[in-house]
Formats: sequence, C-alpha cells, structure tokens
Amino acid sequence: MSASYAHPEVLVDTEWVASHANDNNVRVVEVDVDTKAYDEGHVPGAIAWAWNTQLCDTTVRDILPKATYEDLMTESGIGNDTTVVLYGDNNNWFAAWALWQMKIYGHKDARIMNGGRKKWIAEGRDLETVATKASPGVKPYRATDPDFSLRAFLPQVQQAQKSHSAVMIDVRSPQEFSGEILAPPGLPETCQRGGHIPGARSVPWGKACNDDGTFKSAGELEKLYGAEGISKSKPAIAYCRIGERSSHTWFVLKYLVGVDNVTNYDGSWTEWGNLVGAPVEKGAAKSVGHA
Amino acid sequence: MKPEHFSERKVDVDGWQVNLASYKLGDKWHTKADNVSPGAALARIVADTREDAETRALARAKELLSRTKRREV
Repeated sequence: MSASYAHPEVLVDTEWVASHANDNNVRVVEVDVDTKAYDEGHVPGAIAWAWNTQLCDTTVRDILPKATYEDLMTESGIGNDTTVVLYGDNNNWFAAWALWQMKIYGHKDARIMNGGRKKWIAEGRDLETVATKASPGVKPYRATDPDFSLRAFLPQVQQAQKSHSAVMIDVRSPQEFSGEILAPPGLPETCQRGGHIPGARSVPWGKACNDDGTFKSAGELEKLYGAEGISKSKPAIAYCRIGERSSHTWFVLKYLVGVDNVTNYDGSWTEWGNLVGAPVEKGAAKSVGHA
Repeated sequence: MKPEHFSERKVDVDGWQVNLASYKLGDKWHTKADNVSPGAALARIVADTREDAETRALARAKELLSRTKRREV
C-alpha cells in the first residue's frame, strides 16, 4: 500500500483480506449498489449490509439513527474495537458510504478493501455463495454522538455557495453536471432541474480510480484535485445525486489526500435540484480560472 | 469456488457507453452491464454461456437506456 497517502491505515489490499478475513477481531462487510451481488458470491466470511434498508433511516430521509446503528453493529458481531473492512461493487461506492457513517458515529478502525469486489473477482479469489451468519456481539456496541463535522447540511451548503467559503465538488458525470441528463443513464429521474450548484467544480468520482478499481496514487490524486483548486487547507464539500458517490470522494479527500475539512453533502442534487428558488448553473465545466 | 475468465469491455449502446463485465463461477456465466459513468448496474444476468449472458445483459441495458432523455443546455 502506498505510504504516501495521508492515512494509509484506512486501506487494505485483497491479499490482506484473504489472510485476515476470519481473524477474531476482523469483520468483513460487503456493501453493494446492486444489493443482490453478495448472493452471487462474496469474500468468505463476509456479511452484507443493504444500503437502502440497513444503512439509512427508511422513514425520514437521513442516515441511520444512533440506536439503529448500534443495533446493526451489535447484530453484525462488531464491537467498538473491531477492525471493520468494507468492500463492494462500483469501486466501493457504498462501502465508502458505510465507512462515512461509521466515522460519524465514532468507529475507530474502519477500512476499505482497495479495488473492491471487482478486484477480488478479477484476481480469481475464492467466492462463497452461502450467506455468512454473524454471531451478535456479547457486549452491546456503543456509538459516540454523531460527528457532523463530516456531513454538510443544506444551510451550510447555501452559506458556502454564497460566500465561497468552501470549494464545492460535484462528483457526478459531466452530463449530469451540465444538465444534459437529470439522472445517471438508465436510472429514474429524481430531480426537477438539471445542472449544478453555481461555482461547483466538476471532478467525477471515478477519476480517483484506476481501471482495476484501486485508488490512484497520492501524487495523481493531489494533481487531479489540485487542478480544480482543491487543497488540503481549504474547506471542501462533495456532493453527487444522493450522497454515495460523494462519500467515495469524501473518503479519497479525507484519508488519501489529507484534506482536513471536507464534508459530504448527502442531500446532494436530489435536494438542491428540487429546492424552490435554489440557484442552478447549467453547462459544461470550465477551467479554474474561468469559474 | 473461484471465479474464472474475468473480463470487461466497453460497448456503445445507442450513443451511451456500457461496461460489460463477465466471469464464470462454477458452470455459470455472470455478466453485469453498467452505465460506465457513474457505473450503476443496469443488468445482471446469469446464463450457461458467456454469449447468452452478455446478449441478454445488453438487451436489458438498451431497454433502460432508451428511457434516458437528453436535454438542450
């Protein structure tokens, strides 16, 4: 693993997982966009969380309430000191979403398997097709109060947009950014207006990844984000459509690049693009000097 | 079981790029078609042959992509 990432300890490679997946203090969890992928085959010993039922409040649009999060951890056999390794499809989109929530609730040791599900399969590693049954923890899991310094809410985003106090990073595809399409190709439209938050920089999430699904090197990432005016010292807010792609970029900026003050605006375009009176900019991305 | 013969390629479907990833697990072929950007799954098919899995995945992807409207900006 690259030692030049700001926090290399949050990444493990597939070989590490193959060697440690069944260690007593390690819990491997698969979190996919396609929630049926786990059943097709998964890392031996891994359990699965469904992002759309287990990692969000299913009544109010929100992340998991604290008590529900604690229950999920306990039922998953995860203690406060467990090393949790998350991985999934789409280069770890929802694995990053899960890690973001775990960090909000103060879990100390949560990591991402670099390359995710795709790399594991491409390497021809063992897949298990029978679901793993987790033994619930003997000791109930205790979360901290939510750390909302990792999350941006609408009022903060509106204030930052007006005052230019943070760099806004739109990580959706260029066509979503420009307003040409309202949702990713083939998926239902979930907003009334297309375009982006005025002043936002366009850095599609996938630019942070190599073809094999692993993250680009620290130098490549610094160059990528630096070209868009994103630096370690300036506050940054990442957003996408519903907050999962932006949690991926949040992870990259926070732990690999080392941006201290970066938040994930999970309200994202489904909130901003439906908001009465919110300013919207259309058109393709411009270079930094012409923002 | 170990997955074998993993491969992926990009295909143009009515002007949209689609990523087709296939592998064999046991005696079945698994294919996933996604929309490249952002990479969300459009179809996941299990079939007896790679050709059948990919053909059916592409057909489903084409059906879903045909619903995407492009707007003037």
